Amino acid sequence: MLKVLDSAVPVACWSCSIGHNDFTLFCPHCSKIQPPPGGDYFSVFSLAPKLNLDLAALEHEFHRLSRKLHPDRFARSQDNEKQWSLADTALLNDAYRTLKDPLRRTEYLLKLEGAEIGEEHSGKDRVDPSRVPADLLEEVFELNMQLEEMRAAHTSGEKDAALEASLLDAKEKFEALLQAVDSDLRAEWLVWDAGDGTVRQPSQKRMVALLNRRRYLSNLVRDVTETLGA
Amino acid sequence: MAEGRVVGIDLGTTNSLVAYMEGDRPVVIPGVDGSNLVPSVVALDPVPPEGGRPTVTVGNSARKALIQTPERVIYSVKRLMGRGVDEIQAELKLFPFRLADDVEAGEVPRIQLGELRFTPPEISAYVLRQLKRNAERFFGAPVTQAVITVPAYFNDAQRQATKDAGRMAGLEVLRLVNEPTAAALAYGLDRAKEGTIAVYDLGGGTFDISILKLRDGIFEVQSTNGDTHLGGDDIDNLLLTIALDEIHAEHGVDLRRHPGAVQALRKAAIEAKIALSSEEIAHFDIELPNGDRYQREIPREVFEQLIEPVLERTAGPCKQALADAGITADQIDEVVMVGGSTRIPAVRQLVDDLFRLKARGKRPQIELNPDEVVALGAAVQAGILAGASKTTEEMLLLDVTPLSLGIEALGGTVARIIQRNSTIPASATEHFTTGVDGQTNVAIHVVQGERELAADCRSLARFDLRGIPPMSAGLPRIEVRFLIDADGILQVTAREQRSGLAAQIEVKPTYGLTDEQVEGMILDSFDHAEEDFAKRLLIEARNEAETILTAVERAPGSAAWQQLSSAETAAIEAARDHLNLVKLGEDSAMIRAATLALDQATRRFAELMMESAVSTALRGKTMDTADDDLGEAVTAPHPMAAAEFK
Repeated sequence: MLKVLDSAVPVACWSCSIGHNDFTLFCPHCSKIQPPPGGDYFSVFSLAPKLNLDLAALEHEFHRLSRKLHPDRFARSQDNEKQWSLADTALLNDAYRTLKDPLRRTEYLLKLEGAEIGEEHSGKDRVDPSRVPADLLEEVFELNMQLEEMRAAHTSGEKDAALEASLLDAKEKFEALLQAVDSDLRAEWLVWDAGDGTVRQPSQKRMVALLNRRRYLSNLVRDVTETLGA
Repeated sequence: MAEGRVVGIDLGTTNSLVAYMEGDRPVVIPGVDGSNLVPSVVALDPVPPEGGRPTVTVGNSARKALIQTPERVIYSVKRLMGRGVDEIQAELKLFPFRLADDVEAGEVPRIQLGELRFTPPEISAYVLRQLKRNAERFFGAPVTQAVITVPAYFNDAQRQATKDAGRMAGLEVLRLVNEPTAAALAYGLDRAKEGTIAVYDLGGGTFDISILKLRDGIFEVQSTNGDTHLGGDDIDNLLLTIALDEIHAEHGVDLRRHPGAVQALRKAAIEAKIALSSEEIAHFDIELPNGDRYQREIPREVFEQLIEPVLERTAGPCKQALADAGITADQIDEVVMVGGSTRIPAVRQLVDDLFRLKARGKRPQIELNPDEVVALGAAVQAGILAGASKTTEEMLLLDVTPLSLGIEALGGTVARIIQRNSTIPASATEHFTTGVDGQTNVAIHVVQGERELAADCRSLARFDLRGIPPMSAGLPRIEVRFLIDADGILQVTAREQRSGLAAQIEVKPTYGLTDEQVEGMILDSFDHAEEDFAKRLLIEARNEAETILTAVERAPGSAAWQQLSSAETAAIEAARDHLNLVKLGEDSAMIRAATLALDQATRRFAELMMESAVSTALRGKTMDTADDDLGEAVTAPHPMAAAEFK
């Protein structure tokens, strides 16, 4: 793992007044907790921005830092240290939550690199018909018809076994497509991590497209699952 | 200055407890009556004949008043914490209390108790103050800091209301801990325990399920779910409703118009429920106001059918918690059972099925007392915060927020900014701008919940960002930072980035009290004063002395007394005379020592009394508690003892 270089503006420690770079959670001289540092989520873990991460090492570091930063450790400290412990731990938790999840990590890094990505894959945004990947247009159209039929059948209390089987088939198919997207993404991670600027630019573009496709597919799978389960 | 002790408090719907770390293990602190459980019941005594404010009693003595003066007693107030007037209407139908007449929608409800009115946090504050006093009596020193537990599924307003109650009771609440997580702390105190556990917590009024990973002393919550209005109360109410309806139909008596009778019936329903955990059949036998008797048998099978819909409501949250943790039931190593309602065999069966325990050669984990485990865990967390013990030094609890946090967006939809089950503290930063030229205010509506429309979520607060420098529409860039702290409570800060001005925020909590209101509700503000404290200790010591002296005065009349040797009676009389002398002095420690000595001297006498009590078929209960015991497994105290103290 690469250490982030000491390139930042030096900041004076609030406690011992000795200067240190702005990427540190603890003063290297007096070990006192510092206000939330600048830098990105990767630097919280002293990691270089990469898409392939050792998750076990990440978890280990998360636990190690939690033990030192958590507000529970500062319950009887003075108010400023309490506040910084709260802010630092929030930063640590936000960073860990983002980096441990492959999709959130990819989106985060792409945004750091200035890529434009749609809304995060959070929220329960319904499938947006304007964003149908071109190669799926026909199937999605048919699937939506079937979903409508299924919902109607649910409302009227009917049971249509053939329709259900066909939806299950569709679900399997789209899940397979999802997995294909995931493996394409992982392949891009290797390309991006190893490459320089000239390689990274086109790789980033491909990842943005893959993420959009993935979001679309996963919404679709969720809709089918919900409709089948209703 | 030496730091005082930090206590752990389980502020329950039905019962509350206070515990502390004694060395490296948590211990529950008993009350004056020797019982570990303090019923969360608050009663207003009659107005004194000389006028003035009536006193408030808490616990077992308050519960006694429930049947005689139900209009002056309140219980299960936890169900009303942090909720609006409009939300609690359905709830109130089942309880004898009524709202004050002048409460308006949007206000914190005030409950009419006799001639006075109290908000739910004030009622809880009385319970907390009682626990605080029990602890102070036990330590002989003031207690000002506490960890208080709340249901994991409590929302922001319910948490804030609990914290307010602590402040009113004169306690600095160092941390709110989720009940199932607290239980996990107590369960996993033994460091050898590692793996993935589920905590199934079905209490008096709330249900929580939490899934945790235990490793190297770190307790990391993976997911949590629940229902803040599901518990033993619902089962009691089912039985009660059936009985009320049957009595009305068969005997033509509408007991609903007799609050005292409803409470008597409620007590019988609770007894039947508890009996059915060990017996195959329970009986109702109640005398009605018209002289008729309502008699009914309830076989366990019928009871189980009746409560199935209630228990079934816990299945959904369990499945959702598993899904959110990204694991299957088979990956759960242990299911820890918490809350009195988990004594019901049908509940254990349901848990067994949900987590496929029997199929995997496992059983629900019931080795810890389900009534005490949450308080014990709160004490462990208090130990962690105090940093005082070697055992807790390596322990750390990483909890999550149970509900997603969102902002109402255009068209009434919710833009989610912090997902449920995010480890707390958690934060999110959002940017806002203006829609009209020269606009200086932006209103933001924050909601909590999982639904897609803001109207279906729980409204948390409306923020008004003020003081935005007038600019063209869309030009200001206001950065708002939302932070959920370690208590699960939201903090908000805002800054206008173009001008660098910190926008002033006015937070209007949708449900809740303002700081000033809380300040005005602080119970006896001289509570911390040293001098006052010494005075109170003296009064309490004298009261305890009086209690045991009165019992000793009556003793020679009892059959048990005759069985004592003359040496034993002489020892009792000597101890009695000594206490009578000492109690006139000002030294509370000496009075306590003398009380303890008399308590020791009467121990054999007390045992003899117990035996005769048992032989009069009051199985396992003391004479004092037998008539009002609602059936919880209260450990039988020494009938005359004024509890242990140090």
